[in-house]
Amino acid sequence: MRKLALSDDILMRVEKPARYIGNEVNSVVKDKEKVAVRFAMCFPDVYEIGMSHLGIQIIYSMLNEWDDVWCERVYSPWVDLDKIMREQSIPLFGLESQEPIKDMDFLGITIQYEMCYTNILQVLDLAQIPLLAKERGEDMPIVIGGGPCTYNPEPIADFFDLFYIGEGETQYRRLFDWYIENRDKGGGRKDFLRGAAEIPGIYVPQFYEEEYREDGTISGRQKLYDDIPDTIMKEIVMDVTNTYYPLKPVVPFIKVTQDRVVLEIQRGCIRGCRFCQAGQLYRPVRERDADKLKRYAVEMLKNTGHEEISLSSLSSSDYSQLNELLDFLIEDCDRKHINISLPSLRIDAFSLDVMSKVQDVKKSSLTFAPEAGSQRLRDVINKGLTEEVILKGSALAFEGGWTRVKLYFMLGLPTETEEDIKGIGDLSNKIAATFFDTVPKDKRVNGKVQIVTSTSFFVPKPFTPFQWAPMCTKEEFLDKAYQTKQGIMEQLNQKSIKYNWHEADVSVLEGVFARGDRKIAKVILEAYKRGCIFDSWSEYFHNDVWMECFETCGLDIGFYTTRERADDEIFPWDFLDCGVTKEFLLREWKKAQTQTVSPNCREQCQGCGANRFGGGICYER
Amino acid sequence: MSVKIRIKFAKYGAMKFIGHLDMMRFFQKAIRRADIDIRYSEGFSPHQIMSFAAPLGVGIESYGEYMDIEVLSMASTEDMKQALNRVMVEGVEVLSVNILPDNVKNAMASVAAASYKLQMKEGEFPVDNLNEKLQSFYGQAQIPYIKETKKSVAELDLKQGLYEIDADADGAINMLVNASSSGNIKPTMVFEKFCEFAGIVISPPAYQVTRLETYTDIAKDGEQHHFIPLASVG
Repeated sequence: MRKLALSDDILMRVEKPARYIGNEVNSVVKDKEKVAVRFAMCFPDVYEIGMSHLGIQIIYSMLNEWDDVWCERVYSPWVDLDKIMREQSIPLFGLESQEPIKDMDFLGITIQYEMCYTNILQVLDLAQIPLLAKERGEDMPIVIGGGPCTYNPEPIADFFDLFYIGEGETQYRRLFDWYIENRDKGGGRKDFLRGAAEIPGIYVPQFYEEEYREDGTISGRQKLYDDIPDTIMKEIVMDVTNTYYPLKPVVPFIKVTQDRVVLEIQRGCIRGCRFCQAGQLYRPVRERDADKLKRYAVEMLKNTGHEEISLSSLSSSDYSQLNELLDFLIEDCDRKHINISLPSLRIDAFSLDVMSKVQDVKKSSLTFAPEAGSQRLRDVINKGLTEEVILKGSALAFEGGWTRVKLYFMLGLPTETEEDIKGIGDLSNKIAATFFDTVPKDKRVNGKVQIVTSTSFFVPKPFTPFQWAPMCTKEEFLDKAYQTKQGIMEQLNQKSIKYNWHEADVSVLEGVFARGDRKIAKVILEAYKRGCIFDSWSEYFHNDVWMECFETCGLDIGFYTTRERADDEIFPWDFLDCGVTKEFLLREWKKAQTQTVSPNCREQCQGCGANRFGGGICYER
Repeated sequence: MSVKIRIKFAKYGAMKFIGHLDMMRFFQKAIRRADIDIRYSEGFSPHQIMSFAAPLGVGIESYGEYMDIEVLSMASTEDMKQALNRVMVEGVEVLSVNILPDNVKNAMASVAAASYKLQMKEGEFPVDNLNEKLQSFYGQAQIPYIKETKKSVAELDLKQGLYEIDADADGAINMLVNASSSGNIKPTMVFEKFCEFAGIVISPPAYQVTRLETYTDIAKDGEQHHFIPLASVG
């Protein structure tokens, strides 16, 4: 039997010891003497969050399919264990072998949101790996970063030996083969990184330097070696049907956020919402074959014993084989007492019919994401959802028995006015009024309708048309939330509307990290040294500490957030190529300012540039 | 028509850190993986018909855990045992599968007593003549214990529910205690009082508690108790 890394005494003292013992169904234990590469795959947040992530399951299953590789998992120890590990100098370990990460060949960290940056340092620190890449010796693992935040890796560039830009399925084999070859011929860490820098999609930050103008903007980049690329093109799997898929995902013992089988039906999105980063990063759209997905569903349910299955994609309603797939799932799952959890579908007669088959109408709610309160602003952000569609969908749903509606909006979008904000309350009210108009008094189940309106604060992201946009200050955000609240209170049906909004502090920080440059690394390091971890957990987020750190490091938050960027500014992430061109993004930014909508990929190609990968709707035509 | 099935299993090693509710979830998934034709409840969100005997505290190992299920069809009990063991993890093992007569109370309602073994993780209990000491401890007319919970403080007499206690050849302490829903006694409570009695100080992480068996009581008129393992019913 495996010896656990933590003593019984420690495991009995910490919350949820199951986070740290491994041994889950479908976790992979190999003979370490028989593998050439040991890889620790990390999601730098607590187990329940990290275990819910599909990307890690894909990489984990792919790497473990290879006989000479053993991939293990590691997550951020929760604060209680964090403290004990520091006190007792216990090195962070892989869940499968229970052995220290520092003895492995690679530590791969997926970076899904900016607010996990201090947790990256926590993981490195607890693993007893030097925080800065340049301080790591020959015996230390190669630290790799991947995931959406690596599309601007600069704020965390100092902490990583290399970044893998794009989809993980394509280059790991080549990277490992090079690692083994280099080791066999006696090459060192530097030799490995030199060779790795020539592999497509691999970015080795220490081989590049940013140069700045006096005003703090970037004037250019220097590379240390002539033979390494100037720009790094993202990696992408064009045939998503015939590639790796985790048919035996690891099944956690404790309840996690996504405790179900996940079928990824497509990658990319045909909609060009101008605030949305994923919608640009993952272009072009690629569908997975429905017959294959049906087989995956059956097999994965059998291999996991999960009682629920869900579909994953950026916009499931746009998946062309949705009808066929759902028909199959509804029939198969009903027989096996499996629940289907539907992704957010566009609300229409079809989706309501499907929903009524798989959910208890009385208990479930409808979700709309208009994102902006007025048609004018929805045109600015290119969100092709009209008030008419929302009200019609609501009426249909109310007739079908639904009484709960969730609405999602963003505050602080470019060009937003008081009128746009007022529109949030107006729209919420119109939906409530639709209920009273549609459902006669004697048929109102609980006698009322419940509208939950939520707003988040808009954070401009790299590789979106809004990458040029100024972001609001904390004060402006809070004022907008206040206006929204007032706007709702003035409504006739205000009693049916509940309003939620987020804290503004975290959004501001997220904004700094999203469009930050290499200078930001020292702020992150400083905040970590002052005890910041789990910043995405409000109870552990210390805004005052962060503000002090910016001051100590002499960096101005406004430079990264509220500053308006010139059209020709060189961005920290411009050396990366995600397929869509900067010219296209700029065109979209200009169109946004004139409230001009762009048709989606199916309607008319906008020439974004992503069809150079040899796929996408415009390419297939 | 459905058949009632009693499953006995062991839980040890790293699995002792998996709590009771998570073990139930584990078995719900295992039953799906093993393709067992379990009966589901009626209604909009049907659940598997499943009942666990006595919950086991986190950190305790067991070789005498029980759950009852109802199945609509099955090949044989041996077949079911093998099917389940193929989908277990290290540290959970199905020990037996029995068909129950229809009129038997479910596992939870049947529990009357449980036997436990307490063993030092390293070395032995620092008590000379351990067995003699245990017997004189047991010989007390009463063993009062103050049970404090978040809501209340109650005084119990452990003697009422402590049926047997002795030391075995390995220097471990074995005991048989009441495990019914009304009079459940934790082995750690007994051990705590024994430590006081023997004048020793041992903290919980230093020793391992293992549940050996769970019993039901089939005492007839005139008998005080007649304990048999839950697996021996029917």
